[in-house]
Amino acid sequence: MNRADLPSTTRNAALPSSSALTGSRIRQRRSALGMRQADLAKAVEISPSYLNLIEHGRRRIGGKLLVDIARALSVEPTSLSSGADATVFDALHKAATDLRPNLSAEPELDRIDELSGRFPGWSGVLTLQQKRITALEAMIDSLQDRLANDPVLAEAMHEILSSVAAIRSTADILVREPDLETQWRARFHRNLNEEAERLSLRATQMLSHFEQQGDTNDGASSTAQETVEAMFDAAGHHFAAIEAHGVNAIDAVIARAAGMEDRTARDLARAMLQAYAQDAARLPLAQFRSAAKSAGYNPSQLVHLGQGDVALILRRLATLPPDPDMPELGLAICDASGALMFRKRIAGFSIPRFGAGCPVWPLYTALSRPMMPTDGVLELPNGLAYHAWAVAQPRGSAGFAATPILNATMLLRPLHDAKNVLPQNALPIGSGCHVCPRDACAARRVPSVLA
Amino acid sequence: MANRILLVEDEANILEAITFILARAGMEVRSHGNGATAVDEIKRYGPDLIVLDVMLPGRSGLDILRDMRSDPSTEALPVVMLTAKGQAKDRETALGLGADAYLTKPFSNSEMLQLLNQILAKRGAKSAVQKGSA
Repeated sequence: MNRADLPSTTRNAALPSSSALTGSRIRQRRSALGMRQADLAKAVEISPSYLNLIEHGRRRIGGKLLVDIARALSVEPTSLSSGADATVFDALHKAATDLRPNLSAEPELDRIDELSGRFPGWSGVLTLQQKRITALEAMIDSLQDRLANDPVLAEAMHEILSSVAAIRSTADILVREPDLETQWRARFHRNLNEEAERLSLRATQMLSHFEQQGDTNDGASSTAQETVEAMFDAAGHHFAAIEAHGVNAIDAVIARAAGMEDRTARDLARAMLQAYAQDAARLPLAQFRSAAKSAGYNPSQLVHLGQGDVALILRRLATLPPDPDMPELGLAICDASGALMFRKRIAGFSIPRFGAGCPVWPLYTALSRPMMPTDGVLELPNGLAYHAWAVAQPRGSAGFAATPILNATMLLRPLHDAKNVLPQNALPIGSGCHVCPRDACAARRVPSVLA
Repeated sequence: MANRILLVEDEANILEAITFILARAGMEVRSHGNGATAVDEIKRYGPDLIVLDVMLPGRSGLDILRDMRSDPSTEALPVVMLTAKGQAKDRETALGLGADAYLTKPFSNSEMLQLLNQILAKRGAKSAVQKGSA
């Protein structure tokens, strides 16, 4: 009997994935035996085209036809139909075919059923290993992708290579120009020294970045945060269009930014730009810019403009457009758990994206004194100093008897020129315990890798 | 007359080293550190060759190159891209946009000088004097 015309119930167009699995197993087994589709079709009395549909999961199969096909392929029918055995079959088949190029002896693909039937325990071990290998390979792919697209790492590598380039060229000149004028020689020695210092700082920052990377498994959202951070960095943390047109300009800003194909990144960017627009509306640039310049960009002298909102002043200072008189200003905002919500990085001061920074930073200590702005001079272990202003304030409007949700904000301004005249009470800080050499620090949480 | 080279690079110490090397080789060197105004500076100075960093404040070197190649007054100017990004795809992008050569940081001084001289010679420009740090 020719079975090409089976009852319509077996010719269901929308088939479950189990049919596809059964079909693909029939195809694998047939190929392993070196049997042509036409031969198998003839053996079980169906047309080759119908077998083709079965093998591609386009027709259901069961009952006598399955038994006949299994017999023709010398396997148990259950090994063709979906289920645990079938999963084992697939995993073993994949293990064998994946490793095939590296195997000294050809795997017996036609005896997979025999293997799984006679050694179910060992088959289970191989199956589990195959799954683990697949999962690990997927993880390696994602980590490689991460390394290739990590903007922080890319920037750090660029800076490190720039320093190395300067050192290489300068050292080459010093070696090849024995009669170099004294003035040039002194300049190049100074440049070498500068670059060596920058290189050591950048290497420490990169180590810190890797430490922080290890602290998080939140791949998707951290990538979105980094993408948005890259957008703010690229704009110099100032969006002229939003200053001028408010929230109406947000879509255009996002459309122009890189990496915004990802919806999580886009949503996060929109939320952060809306907060930016809100700040700009409360403290318009035209008014704030000149006031900030007159006040020497000192937040303490601008507090009155914030009508009680000191954090607003700190945020607006960090988003001012460039001005030759304006010092470099960094910003960090965290929530009450210490998790960083926003940062504007500043040369020499590493603000970890993930994990913990230094618990001595005013950013964190402000959380224990809500609504009490503080300021002071911070000194890093390498001698770099910064003036810091910090405040912790409730986020949004709290109702009666509601626990306030606190955010802390810290503005940083470098005091590189004042290296030798640091105030006596400069606060010794670090970039985070892992990379801080201050062994005797009372706040030390974990040993330093630099110790 | 000496060949006129414009260095578009924002790293001060690299600038100083390259300027020294090229000046010692008899070239006239001018530098510019801002990507946003680089094209204007190129038009104003009219150099024989441009050494252009990819990662610049204000504007990427690749965007500057793209603009140059679509402007009749700058389209034929030789450009050597200089960058820390050594990946093949960056090189392909730069060369695809019309860069004459691509130098990856860190580079050797002699390699850079040789490359610049080759390009200048090919362009039929005045031959650069090779001396000093080569």
